[in-house]
Amino acid sequence: MSFAPSSASSASSPSSKPRVGLFVTCLVDMFRPTVGFSAVKLLEEAGCVVDVPMEQVCCGQPAFNSGDLESARKVARPLIAMFENHDYVVAPSGSCAGMMIKHFPELFANDLELAEPVRALAGKTWELVSFLTDVMKLDGVAAAFEGSITYHDSCSGLRELKVKEQPRKLLRSVKGLEIRELQEPETCCGFGGTFCVKYPEISGKMVGDKTTDIKNSGADMLVAGDMGCLLNMAGKLRREGSDMEVRHVAEVLADMTMAAPGIAGSEKG
Amino acid sequence: MEQSTSPKFKQNAHHALHDASLQRALGRLKTGFKDKRLAAIADMPEFEQLRDTARDIKNHTLANLDHYLTAFEANVIANGGHVHWCADAEEARQTVLKICQDKKAKSVLKGKSMISEEIGLNAFLEKQDLKVVETDLGEYIIQLRNEPPSHIIAPAIHVHKEQVADSFRQTHKGRDINRPLDEPRDLLDEAREVMREHFFAADVGITGANFLIAETGTSVIVTNEGNGDLTQTLSKVHIAIASLEKVVPTLEDASSILRVLARSATGQEMSSYTTFSTGPKRDGDLDGPEDYHVILLDNGRSNMLGTEFQEMLRCIRCAACMNHCPVYGAVGGHAYGWVYPGPMGSVLTPSLIGVDEAGHLPNASTFCGKCEEVCPMRIPLPKMMRHWREREFEKHLGPQSMRFGIRLWAWFASRPALYGKATGLAARILKSIGGRKQKIGKLPLASGWTDIRDLPAPQGKTFKQLWAEQQAAKKA
Ligand code: SF4
Repeated sequence: MSFAPSSASSASSPSSKPRVGLFVTCLVDMFRPTVGFSAVKLLEEAGCVVDVPMEQVCCGQPAFNSGDLESARKVARPLIAMFENHDYVVAPSGSCAGMMIKHFPELFANDLELAEPVRALAGKTWELVSFLTDVMKLDGVAAAFEGSITYHDSCSGLRELKVKEQPRKLLRSVKGLEIRELQEPETCCGFGGTFCVKYPEISGKMVGDKTTDIKNSGADMLVAGDMGCLLNMAGKLRREGSDMEVRHVAEVLADMTMAAPGIAGSEKG
Repeated sequence: MEQSTSPKFKQNAHHALHDASLQRALGRLKTGFKDKRLAAIADMPEFEQLRDTARDIKNHTLANLDHYLTAFEANVIANGGHVHWCADAEEARQTVLKICQDKKAKSVLKGKSMISEEIGLNAFLEKQDLKVVETDLGEYIIQLRNEPPSHIIAPAIHVHKEQVADSFRQTHKGRDINRPLDEPRDLLDEAREVMREHFFAADVGITGANFLIAETGTSVIVTNEGNGDLTQTLSKVHIAIASLEKVVPTLEDASSILRVLARSATGQEMSSYTTFSTGPKRDGDLDGPEDYHVILLDNGRSNMLGTEFQEMLRCIRCAACMNHCPVYGAVGGHAYGWVYPGPMGSVLTPSLIGVDEAGHLPNASTFCGKCEEVCPMRIPLPKMMRHWREREFEKHLGPQSMRFGIRLWAWFASRPALYGKATGLAARILKSIGGRKQKIGKLPLASGWTDIRDLPAPQGKTFKQLWAEQQAAKKA
């Protein structure tokens, strides 16, 4: 299939609104549904029609990065047909979106039948925040948060998809919110998927350096765009006795910080 | 070949993380090289373009490697030098030995060379009763400490100046034992003095090569201490040892790559000394060696050609990847267990000593991608580490539990209904374990996670459960 934003949206949905397939991601699905609902809210407010295919599970990245291509294909393959009729596919994760955009074409490179549909899927898949700013041309959001946040740039979003300014731009529009940058916002937090359990000591050192940087920022809340990194950093902060609030960027932008306590508890205000 | 401790990577890393002195040294790495590189490239708007040029030059060379190597050889011979093609480490060592023996050499001076580390040259020559002296200060320090390098351009980066002073006091006999050696300057001066004596007594000088230039038959080295110059011009015989992929077609090509090399490595525009050696001393030359030899080492590289690892042969050993690697920054170079540490080592080492031996290295990465971002030669390091993981998986290397876990997970993950039930159940149970604090401190089978950090508890229901409920309510 070919994809042209303007015609495709009118062809596949009754209104002229773009039809977005939400790829929830397995970590959001199991650990933090609030992020999924925040994504839906943001997308709808930006003028999209949101659909959640219920057969979706995971992008296959854990297997892909473990060198098990067969399992990766098995898990990834159903997504190709599942999102065939959506104008866009959006995921609240740079890592999972990066997998679909950058690595699916590689994973299915030798599959003649799938090569083209996979390219089409990769071409219409976006990380949530950059989709809002770069495709839906959002300049700001109608949210409020009284306090300061610090933002960790998750590696895949940052380096594979160049997500850097987009979240900051929208966060700056949140009423009452102040951004306090980390010393090293772009340094890996040590999550790395299976890395963090295969090499726990090294991962521990990396996330320890990260939480030191986070605490030194003096911010009230830690925000990032990927559940994996967030679980890692929140878990380390708690282990160190810090009760700093930790949230996915979608929750802050969707004004859902009152809807549920932060990751690993420690609700404030 | 140098013995590896790569299979013990985890233990090595454990020791490194608990070595306070090493951790202090690694702390310095965090700034230093990184900041200097940033400043250097900020001053050069065409840097990104130059990276493309450098990459293209090497790609072209690798695609025509046989041609450029034979051209290089012909030009070395035309200049009166000798070229020795060595398939492996043993052949290279024996060739060096033979040259030394033919000259009845007693002492060997060394410029910094990673290839020499790769083939374990020092230990071998010393066993043959040759006196070997490293002339690069960093290499000299680790030679005194009887250690391998921990970094490819700063071999003694793990050593503090107090430790250097101790080594000097122990080794440099006949000097005032209470002389001041507190400042780097003191150490440098003393090393210089000691080194001078060696320079004038040396029979054979061995250097590495940053480039071999095909059109002229020239070997090129860059240094910041000028020791390489002296090593190769003052010795009677100069042996340059280099691996195959060091060749570039022209002088122009070498200078293009030199422009990205120093900036990426130390943040300098150029290294202090760039030395070109073309053949032995000619009639009328004031100095230079009587004989000039080049050892062309394969040692596994030709096997990388035509594979998914070919791009690794573009590497110019600038060390930017390790300077910026958070894993290297946590454990240092020795943990990797062989000659080449950091991301470049994690790709290259399995190629050279086997993935069975070095399997940990490509696994010990978060794929954060910083190395690829800074690599001047645009080598896709994470992708190649992943290719090693694929080979390991095919060969059934790596822990069985991991393999089983991935397969089990994939089995569930390709059965959405079952997977939905399982995660729904898990979310509920974990939430109740997490309790009011919404975090879990200890969990059976998850110690890899909970030894280090708490596990944030899930919210209780999965998104898909809640979404389905919400959609049903809307319809009702
Ligand atoms: S892989 Fe790239 S960054 Fe690393 S040493 Fe080689 S050229 Fe430099």
